[in-house]
Amino acid sequence: MLDDAPVEWMYRTLFRIRFFEDRVQELARTNAVPGYLHTYLGSEAIAVGVMAALRQDDWITSTYRSHGHAIAKNVSLYSIAAEIHGRTTGTCQGRGGSMHISDFDKGMLGALGIVAAGPPLALGAALQERRSGSDRIAASFFGDGAPHNGVFHEAAGLAKQWEAPVLLVCENNGYAEATATDWHLNTDTVADMMSAYAIPAETVDGMDMFTVYAAAKPAVNRMRAGGGPELIEFLSYRFSGQYEGDNQAYQPPEEIAEAKKRDPVLLARERAAQMGLNAEALAKIEAEVHQEVDDAFAAAEKDPWPEPEDALKDVYVDYPEGQIRYA
Amino acid sequence: MRELTVKDAINEGLRQCMEADPNVVLFGEDIAGGQGRDDHPGAMDAWGGPFGVTQGLCTQFGRERVRDTTIAEAGFFGAAVGAAMVGMRPVCELMYADFAGVCFDQMMNQAAKMRYMFGGKQRVPMVMRTVVGAGFRAAAEHSQTLYSLFAHIPGLKVVAPYSAADAKALIIAAIQDDDPVVFLEHKRLYMEKEPVDEAMTPLPLGQGVVRREGKDITIVAVQRMNLFALQAAEALAQDGIDAEIIDPRTYSPLDEDLILGSVAKTGRLVVVDESYPRCSLAADIAALAAERAFGSLKAPVARVTAPHTPVPFSPPMEDYFIPSAERIARRVRETVSF
Repeated sequence: MLDDAPVEWMYRTLFRIRFFEDRVQELARTNAVPGYLHTYLGSEAIAVGVMAALRQDDWITSTYRSHGHAIAKNVSLYSIAAEIHGRTTGTCQGRGGSMHISDFDKGMLGALGIVAAGPPLALGAALQERRSGSDRIAASFFGDGAPHNGVFHEAAGLAKQWEAPVLLVCENNGYAEATATDWHLNTDTVADMMSAYAIPAETVDGMDMFTVYAAAKPAVNRMRAGGGPELIEFLSYRFSGQYEGDNQAYQPPEEIAEAKKRDPVLLARERAAQMGLNAEALAKIEAEVHQEVDDAFAAAEKDPWPEPEDALKDVYVDYPEGQIRYA
Repeated sequence: MRELTVKDAINEGLRQCMEADPNVVLFGEDIAGGQGRDDHPGAMDAWGGPFGVTQGLCTQFGRERVRDTTIAEAGFFGAAVGAAMVGMRPVCELMYADFAGVCFDQMMNQAAKMRYMFGGKQRVPMVMRTVVGAGFRAAAEHSQTLYSLFAHIPGLKVVAPYSAADAKALIIAAIQDDDPVVFLEHKRLYMEKEPVDEAMTPLPLGQGVVRREGKDITIVAVQRMNLFALQAAEALAQDGIDAEIIDPRTYSPLDEDLILGSVAKTGRLVVVDESYPRCSLAADIAALAAERAFGSLKAPVARVTAPHTPVPFSPPMEDYFIPSAERIARRVRETVSF
């Protein structure tokens, strides 16, 4: 199953996410960017492995923890950095920010700030693609908190009835905000919940990107060949807090240390030689990605702020200007 | 010209839009009916929604395009948003506007915000049809109008037709519009009849209409309230008061110029709205006149609305709740004699 894995792209993308998020954390600590920031540290392998199994033109929905998904969807680091900085050159021209990175041209329907908002949107996109005769599928990324929300269950029920090609990707990172997953789940796993919908579901290690890929690829293939919805729950760990600035007082330090023994970046480096990348090649990729991240943020920081009145744009496709401006 | 009821006019508008564009797809609970019993005669299109508005469409277009959903409003409204973003023109039916609470996130945070929040690159061309209005002895959770709940949200357009011809022309416009449109149908108007054009002709959103010309006072009437305003105007005419009645028809955007022009002419304004009074369309339109027509006002702007209560069940109480022609006439006389 790994024979067709885009190995170099996967390593490059994994490092892009890690180095990018490291930079975001630094910026957060010095208050150098406005707004809420939720980093993807610890779950990088999930975005990389799933996106490696998807095509560029497949749709995804993301959450407020959106940087990793956007990067793995090949959205440019620079335009994500610019959006986080609130600049006109950002993916959303500064109107979305870190929580709402979106790039339609890259198949990223959007990143949503409401827990469990994504699955029905991905379902709708999947339905429309199938009914129009396309083989594009949709994947929805969400955390382990979302399966408590009614909207998740409505989407799951409809997805099965419609046999829509939507891949439900649960990133079980150990915490729903500040609540531990082993406490909040009534079942052992999120996958266990899906039998109520007759949706095939499995729970898989989410720390090793090749394991993620090996789980996602057959599911994607089945959907592309006409299959219905499936759920994969990937087990990872949230190295960062719920948001940058979170005191993480609820996360035992020894638990974090234990999880970091299986840091996705560590595991990937360990497997590099086996996957055909020697130390030199790996070092070269890492150095290039460091430079890419530096360049992206350096450029984004110099970009112009929006004009205040840019706030009035794009509320509608068509609407009387005076009733937007109002006063 | 043949006459159609409001219900049949909307049905015809939907049918013509579906014939013209295969990407127009209907979603809703029992908008066909009989799902799972298609081998039983008459099962398909057994209902056409609780008021029969979509009846016959499933037989013509099939269950792929007239999609009976489970009772999962958030699920299918959310799916419609996602589908709209990638090329569908979904028309979702929310059985009653009162149920907006269970899918308001999809209306308010997804449909309304995708375009803006994602930098203006996306379009969500979907229609959210729903049923409003008291007068059915349907009590507090099946009778509200909630106009301002929707009109409050940037990114949503809001349409509330009074007449059959408008209902058809506006449903066509709503489906053809590239923004998300909340289309509010009043359950007590469904059986009202008038001549309706057979052609598929949209009415641009944001255009109000003068339902009765007059010189002494402007009555802005929201949806069903046009019926009572027209009755009040007849009574007032006998007293020599010549009322002008304006039906805005769409509430986001609002035909401000039509309202302000009329107030400039008459110098008096009464707004009639079946909704609760606080933060209502009536409050909004009164504020518009206070801000932009103050110089022409000869009397305070008056509002005739429901009281600040849930909709009651028992007939004497519900009849008291709904603004009446008598109440409108009384407020007009008070305003004219100020």
